[in-house]
Amino acid sequence: MNMRAEIQRTPAEAAIVDAFGERLSLLPGDGAVMVKRDDAIEQIKAGLPTRRVESWHYTDLRRLLASVPAFDASAEAKPIAALLEGSTLLSIVNGVSAATPSVDGVTFQRLGDKLVDGSYAPALVTYGSDDAVGALNTAFVADGYFVDIEAGTQLEKPIELQNVQAGGQSHVRLPVRVGAGAKATIVERQTGEGAGLASSVSQLLLGDDAEVLWLIVQDQPETATHLAQFKAELGKNAKLTLFVMNAGGKLVRQEVIVKAAGEGADFKLRGVNLLSGESHVDVTMVLDHTVPHTSSTEVVRNVVTGRAKGVFQGRINVHQIAQKTDARMACNTLLLSDDGEFSTKPELEIFADDVACGHGATVTEIDRNHLFYLMARGVDEKTARGLLVRAFLAEVIEELEDETVVEPLEELLSNWFATHG
Amino acid sequence: MLEIKNLHARIAESGTEIIRGLNLTVKAGEVAAIMGPNGSGKSTLSYILAGRDDYEVTEGDILYNGESILEMDPAERAAKGLFLAFQYPMEIPGVATMEFLKVAMNSQRKARGEEPLKVPDFIKRVKEAAGTLEMDFNMLKRPVNVGFSGGEKKRAEILQMKLLEPKLCVLDETDSGLDIDALKIVSDGVNALRSPDRAIIVITHYQRLLDHIVPDTVHVLYKGQVIKSGDKSLALELEENGYAGIIEEAA
Repeated sequence: MNMRAEIQRTPAEAAIVDAFGERLSLLPGDGAVMVKRDDAIEQIKAGLPTRRVESWHYTDLRRLLASVPAFDASAEAKPIAALLEGSTLLSIVNGVSAATPSVDGVTFQRLGDKLVDGSYAPALVTYGSDDAVGALNTAFVADGYFVDIEAGTQLEKPIELQNVQAGGQSHVRLPVRVGAGAKATIVERQTGEGAGLASSVSQLLLGDDAEVLWLIVQDQPETATHLAQFKAELGKNAKLTLFVMNAGGKLVRQEVIVKAAGEGADFKLRGVNLLSGESHVDVTMVLDHTVPHTSSTEVVRNVVTGRAKGVFQGRINVHQIAQKTDARMACNTLLLSDDGEFSTKPELEIFADDVACGHGATVTEIDRNHLFYLMARGVDEKTARGLLVRAFLAEVIEELEDETVVEPLEELLSNWFATHG
Repeated sequence: MLEIKNLHARIAESGTEIIRGLNLTVKAGEVAAIMGPNGSGKSTLSYILAGRDDYEVTEGDILYNGESILEMDPAERAAKGLFLAFQYPMEIPGVATMEFLKVAMNSQRKARGEEPLKVPDFIKRVKEAAGTLEMDFNMLKRPVNVGFSGGEKKRAEILQMKLLEPKLCVLDETDSGLDIDALKIVSDGVNALRSPDRAIIVITHYQRLLDHIVPDTVHVLYKGQVIKSGDKSLALELEENGYAGIIEEAA
């Protein structure tokens, strides 16, 4: 007999469970998909994670997710211009995909179709019992895009997967398969208006020798809840650079789950988190080096203003056979207000004995010497501070080198400073 | 142009008094050298003139063109025409030198009610100034002072001085870290700025720089006071006999 008392559901948990009952008949999927959905909602019924769950220690989802908006079919949203010039734009508006374009060497499919025919069911897997984002998404996912880039394709135009939402709820998936030796730039844009709840799961499978620059740009309104997951697996000599910019949202969790599974694979994570107002933004990474001779570097820079709270958790698991792993992680934060907060938790779990791994974290204010130097040249204090904060972030962006990528990102940065600086 | 009257100042954090009743007058058109042994307060004086808030003025005043500057922040002082060439110029990662120069020049222009410089005009000015200092223009695409050698940093300071066209220049140990060729180039750069409406204060430990930038007046600083003033022959006398004699004489 189960003696554990049924936990009292929070209003948010109750709303999710009720919504599942109401939506069930509308959700696409064959029997196999429905089984996955059922399992997922059971996970939610057991309660959203609290701070007692280690991976959610700094983001007590059960407490922070105060309410859940109803699905709103009447909400109107419009796609926005692509971030990078000349992109192939695929937008999802309020959780619904559109007709797919045709691009040489690439197959696009609406994910709704792959749920209906059940071909996507095997990919609906959650990441352990703490995976609230994966569970919520699996329960409700209704659409998205499946992108298959053929081996050897060198995509000249970037692909932008744009998720625009106006209030209500949306749950999307963006699986992308990149064939051996293929090369692509992919932008994942997460934006919208209104107090919505969005969950989004991206799954990237990178073939041998493939090379991808993936940009996640999230600028949801400051009333929105954004729960996202990016999962990737890297083949032999595959190279992935993931750039994450969080510039909005009220409650944001961006998970990054990467497996360097082929020898010679290289993963780079570069992150810029711009925190303002009352927002809570959490970037949590779990990186597995599972084979020998793989490398990774992570650099995350944060700026905290107002009463915002930020979190970066970076966990690197170096498996026992993964000799010669080279992994470096750094998280640097500029605290610009007395009421702001940032928590960093680096974790290295190393089971191999011949590796080079390191991590560092700093939380600082603006360097007074730098400020004095700029002011001594006639730059007023406000401008000088702005210049230094931007410089702190621009360093990470400029590492991307490609001007066609750096400039639009720096413009986003300027826009953010214009409204929050 | 500059009148320092009975200045007393201390380190804000520790309260240690560094400047102890310093008097100094520098006229427009004058090049004044300030010399003194280590720890006499030379660099502190330069920082106080520039407005660094690590120091607290407890007594006395600093008048610039008859107006007290003590209540002005460093940016306001710079906009009024005061310039400090740092002994140890700061490296600022992430801020491109060109961007920094443009913001600095236009900030000062704005404070004076002038229009911002047009980009081609700005670039032309920088190229010209860099050329006379034998600086590689490509270097200016790098972040401010990052990866510059000691000599390159000093040249970059003089470059800024040329571009900002200040009225009162304070050069803090500009000769340190320079080889003889660089010293010549930097000195020529400073000499080119000599003019009847501009004053230059050269802070140095050694006579060497004063062979190139010949001062009109020389002041010896010791324990936070000017203990002796004279013309350029005073610097030569110091070179010959050291500071001991003058310190004894003043005691």
